[in-house]
Amino acid sequence: MAARLGLRFAALGYLALLLMFPVGLVFWRTFEHGIGPVIAAATTPEALHALWLTLLIAFIAVPLNTIFGVIAALVIVRQNFKGKGVLNRIIDLPFALSPVVIGLALYLVYARTGWLGGWLVDHGIDVIFALPGMVLATIFVSLPFVVRETIPVLREVGIDQEEAAWTLGASPLGTFFRITLPAIRWGVTYGVVLTTARAIGEFGAVSIVSGSIAGRTSTLTLHVQDRFNSFDLTGAYTASVELALIALITLVLMTFLRRERSGGHSHSPGDQIVR
Amino acid sequence: MLGRGFASAYLGFVVLLPLAAIVWKSTENGADGFWRAISSPSAVASLKLSLVASLVVVAVNAVAGTLVAWVLVRDSFRGKAFVNALIDLPFALPTIVAGLTLLALYGPRGPLGVNIAYTRTAVVAALLFVTLPFVVRSVQPVLMELDREMEEAAASLGARSPTIFRHIVLPNLAPAILSGCALAFARSVGEFGSVVLISGNIPFQTEVASVHIFSLVESDAPSAAAAVSVVLLFVSLVTLMSFDALRRWRFSGGR
Repeated sequence: MAARLGLRFAALGYLALLLMFPVGLVFWRTFEHGIGPVIAAATTPEALHALWLTLLIAFIAVPLNTIFGVIAALVIVRQNFKGKGVLNRIIDLPFALSPVVIGLALYLVYARTGWLGGWLVDHGIDVIFALPGMVLATIFVSLPFVVRETIPVLREVGIDQEEAAWTLGASPLGTFFRITLPAIRWGVTYGVVLTTARAIGEFGAVSIVSGSIAGRTSTLTLHVQDRFNSFDLTGAYTASVELALIALITLVLMTFLRRERSGGHSHSPGDQIVR
Repeated sequence: MLGRGFASAYLGFVVLLPLAAIVWKSTENGADGFWRAISSPSAVASLKLSLVASLVVVAVNAVAGTLVAWVLVRDSFRGKAFVNALIDLPFALPTIVAGLTLLALYGPRGPLGVNIAYTRTAVVAALLFVTLPFVVRSVQPVLMELDREMEEAAASLGARSPTIFRHIVLPNLAPAILSGCALAFARSVGEFGSVVLISGNIPFQTEVASVHIFSLVESDAPSAAAAVSVVLLFVSLVTLMSFDALRRWRFSGGR
């Protein structure tokens, strides 16, 4: 009994010192002087633009990665071809790469001196220090989630129902939208939640390709750093709390979806490549 | 067929093309230039810090992560579901916010009177924060499925708890702990956002590899930045491959 209490105390103490106290303190510090300064900091033109840009980028990147994710999962589960293993590995790469390396890689392709950048700039398309580069960086870092969440569900549902639909004369597209998609919807949704959270929270890769110009190419995460470096702690804390609230919503959705999907089977992004 | 083409094209365009550009850029000044870039004292110092800090973080995670998983599976107390959901917070919380929260508590003017800002301890703390879920979430499901009869048999034969843990539980958990550690290591080595505020980025002291790459880009040395990136890329690939090997071991009866 004493040993059990000791272990519990140690584990909860570790979590408290590493997670709960720091996050709680930021909330407390933010609202220390009432809600007035927080509202003022959240509604400066820069802060509002950063929030808008963050949502806009997620709004473009998440649907693209969702379409890719579902198609890639279908290809990996349902088809056999040479190079499938390689394809599978490449999808995991963004998990293991430093965001800074990802940002630099995109910079080297799309900057004026890069492989495609010169041609694009000549045709009036700015990628680096502009929205397209930030979207590309976000797509890169959040690419694996939908694929990894969809694959196991797709394996589980099997192909019996799809075959039945085909025999009855359904078109491939009709089968997909009427049979396959409804069957895998919770897996896909879970992947979408993770993709969105990652997209909104991305910092390193976007930092390199955006140049983080306040009021133009600054996202919420970049805005946190900008405010901190300008000794505007209230501004930094306020943007952090906005991001933390998004993270908490994500956590609630994750907990709910996990239950919805697999009847209490423990599962989180940590073991998505484990399985 | 169409789907396969689309998936490959998307991956090629988004992932492979940029990575190829990095490898290409790193050899712009020949093998000599590459070597000079990665053997410069500041590059070596930053890579060394990233590797050593990540190893420390992995070691702490192996113990603390297993402990947390154990308490979440075997113990029961009020608020356990809440604590369990909280484990995923570092996945959901943007890294820059993670860094800022740690700085609020453990930085100058922190309420505990502990100031670790701009030290290597701060680097380790930031990495511990962002890697917390990996070992916990890897060990938890294995622990849940673990047959308790073996432990009960050992106990009825007079074995004490530490002995049972070492000889029965730990060998069963080892592959899952190692998998979690591999993921935590991959994450730590390239971590940027959580470290950038709290470490102070002092060259030769608290500048990690990704921050070093960032400052090389800012000082307009892209080929040197690419060279250091290739080293990180290589470390990531090796980590992923060992993770893959571990996974195969787990599912081929190693567990």
